[in-house]
Amino acid sequence: MVGLATGATLVVLVPLVAIFGYLIYKGIGSLDWNFLTKIPKPVGETGGGMANAIVGSGLILLIASLIGVPMGIGTGIYLAEFGKKRFGYLVRFTADVLNGVPSIVIGIVAWSLVVVSQKHFSALAGGVALGIMMVPIISRSTEEMLLMVPQSLREAAWGLGIPQWRTTLSITLRTASSGIITAVMLSFARVAGETAPLLFTALGNQFWNFSINHETAALPLQIYTYANSPYDDWHRQAWAGALILIILILISMSLVRMAASRGVFKGGN
Amino acid sequence: MGVGIQVSQLNAWFGATHAIHDIQMDITANHATAIIGPSGCGKSTFVRCLNRMHETIPNARVEGTVKIGDTHVYGNGTSAVEIRRRVGMVFQKPNPFPTMSVYDNVAAGLKLNGYRSHRELEEIVERSLRQAALWDEVKDLLKKKSGASLSGGQQQRLCIARALAVEPEVMLMDEPASALDPISTSKIEDLIFELKQNYTIVIVTHNMQQAARVAEFTAFFLSGKLVEFDKTEKIFTNPGDKRTEDYITGRFG
Amino acid sequence: MLKQMNGPLLRTKVQPNPAQPASQDSPAPVPRQKIEHKSSRLADATFRYLMLVCALSVLAIVVLIVRELILSSALARHTFGLKFFVTQVWDPVSGDFGALPFIYGTLVSSLLALIMAVPLSIGVATFTTEICPPRLRSMLSYVVELLATIPSVIYGLWGMYVLVPILRQYVQPFLAKYFGWTGLFSGYQFGYSMLAAGIILAIMIIPIITSITREVMSAVPTAQREGVLAIGATRWEMIRVGVLRNARTGIMGAIILGLGRALGETIAVTLLIGNRPEIAKSLFAPGYTLASVIANEFSEATGDLYLSALVEIGLALFLITLLVNIVAQLMVWSITRGSTQRATA
Repeated sequence: MVGLATGATLVVLVPLVAIFGYLIYKGIGSLDWNFLTKIPKPVGETGGGMANAIVGSGLILLIASLIGVPMGIGTGIYLAEFGKKRFGYLVRFTADVLNGVPSIVIGIVAWSLVVVSQKHFSALAGGVALGIMMVPIISRSTEEMLLMVPQSLREAAWGLGIPQWRTTLSITLRTASSGIITAVMLSFARVAGETAPLLFTALGNQFWNFSINHETAALPLQIYTYANSPYDDWHRQAWAGALILIILILISMSLVRMAASRGVFKGGN
Repeated sequence: MGVGIQVSQLNAWFGATHAIHDIQMDITANHATAIIGPSGCGKSTFVRCLNRMHETIPNARVEGTVKIGDTHVYGNGTSAVEIRRRVGMVFQKPNPFPTMSVYDNVAAGLKLNGYRSHRELEEIVERSLRQAALWDEVKDLLKKKSGASLSGGQQQRLCIARALAVEPEVMLMDEPASALDPISTSKIEDLIFELKQNYTIVIVTHNMQQAARVAEFTAFFLSGKLVEFDKTEKIFTNPGDKRTEDYITGRFG
Repeated sequence: MLKQMNGPLLRTKVQPNPAQPASQDSPAPVPRQKIEHKSSRLADATFRYLMLVCALSVLAIVVLIVRELILSSALARHTFGLKFFVTQVWDPVSGDFGALPFIYGTLVSSLLALIMAVPLSIGVATFTTEICPPRLRSMLSYVVELLATIPSVIYGLWGMYVLVPILRQYVQPFLAKYFGWTGLFSGYQFGYSMLAAGIILAIMIIPIITSITREVMSAVPTAQREGVLAIGATRWEMIRVGVLRNARTGIMGAIILGLGRALGETIAVTLLIGNRPEIAKSLFAPGYTLASVIANEFSEATGDLYLSALVEIGLALFLITLLVNIVAQLMVWSITRGSTQRATA
């Protein structure tokens, strides 16, 4: 029986190694400067790249962060510092529910709210969808980090006559800051790889776009489109794009790990 | 200069639990008053009612009158934040702000209340650290050392300096030395001696010798009630109440 | 005895430090810049109000989700009524829409994933908490969680290039030869099939089931384990009775959470399931899920009825995952007590 458990572990590790290995094998050959700086070429021509998708992802993620981070942190602050019993439970529960909503459904909602009213697809719509997804992740973690700040620090601040709002911002939040930043980066890494909510919000674009009001390319979206296509060259590029995507995600995860290991309190406690 | 505190008919609750009953006390300005008594007798609760910290606990309630100088602490127009600026508090376990340097810790009460002038801040920080007898030990590393990286005794003196920097009229100390080693304890007791000249001090302590060493007046609390309040000398040599005598001689608590 | 406490009670024990500046002896000077005694009540109230707005917006978002789904699916709901969920036809040309094939596809692919993932997850969790040497523990859990960070589209891509060919060349012929009699493994071996979708989903939900199972297993007190060992149990018996049985509810919660994830998974499934709205017994046949039909057809849908039908599918998906997630949350909460504890001084 113990052997079964060990066997199970090995079985689970196999796809992990297989996926990463294959990703590197298929993708590394197509990763070149061209790929990172050029936009897609029409089918049949070689030498296109995914530069516009990388930039587009950045734009959409920026919009998402502007929506998701303040709302998430604000909700977390409310739950930790002010949340009264019943209302606090309701908000927390709702955030957990929101966390479980399939990303494609969020895409529909963003489509309905933004695309339909604006009558066109846009980076904004995509950003709204991803931003909504970030809120529950950030809120939960912010609340947890703030609750880990000892009450004695708040009391010290109150004892000095520092008002509640200042205490929360300059003392409590600041003490929990590295943990909160970790949470934000984690939520970032999670939504960066999402394709479904962008399918009919940002829609995708074969050209450069820097405006929030137009269709925009995004890395996972481009990969998906290419993977679905019948062209070999596009498949090759899909792999390269996938490799870049996973590298970017792994970088942010490593940053998260580094920040977390420095501890919740800067200055050591 | 410090001011006197008049407490009248003070009661406090934690939810349904009646923690302190009908406390009546006049605390003399510019002197140190010790509050002694066994664990759970309400000494900390009482002191936290003086600067409206008790009400920060959910479901906590206070009734009665506290006057600090001419101000009604629980008056209709008085804000708790106001009172806490005028009353400094030092806690049992040192609690410097861990993300801030020594300098920023001492300046926190001023900076976070809008104080702008840098030159004056520097002077105030130095003066407060000298008052707390910590200046010589930290003066070279003021802005580089984090508040949390000092030793226990130093941290507590840092907290004292931090409280002094906002120039309160009253200093409340809730067992300030109980978490510290004897040498730090003795340094803090010396501090209290100095501070008495400019501030009114209320110190909660479970250490009777400490009360005898630093305070002119002592109050004995038992089960949330004020049993006896008199000059320290009288309390320790000739207590009026039998319960006081039992506590002093170590028959309980 | 009291008299023994006489002596210098009120005399200073130590001389004041002569290095102190002279200002020590004079009354405390008034600070030159007055600390502004502005009332902070307005600022406090505003701040609290702002934070409340943020918290309310979470509620607002969920309300909006429900509202938009209901409104945008109104046309389809009124046209088809409840028959929508039992009709097998999906014909955009004639305007006849029914969600049954997708419901079938979603449920079957998810259940298939669970059947494969649950034993593996419990195995890995058991290994990590009970068998693995402590030094390797954090590395192992890190590696399993790494699986969770891989985006869906990469799973799909890998599935297309590696999983499907393996299925076509080795697995499907094997299953057809030895288990074809069950009827589950018959028909043309496309590769892109319910089976492929089930397998990729299983890989994708293993991390979440594992991590929660690990959490609830670690939460079982050592006393429970020791108690079972003390009556002479073997190691496996200790794990089974002392740990797994105690963590039962939490593990159920983890499984249901994994189910919730599988139900909503879109991209990887869409790339591997074949995308044909048919109900077939064989796992080799292509299928279609609620999420996949939305992903494939939404941006190209013409006509209000078509779009509305797709939104209604989204509504169905939302309700199914909502139900499953609530049940899962309740189970996990009952173990870990939901809210986090405030740190004491």
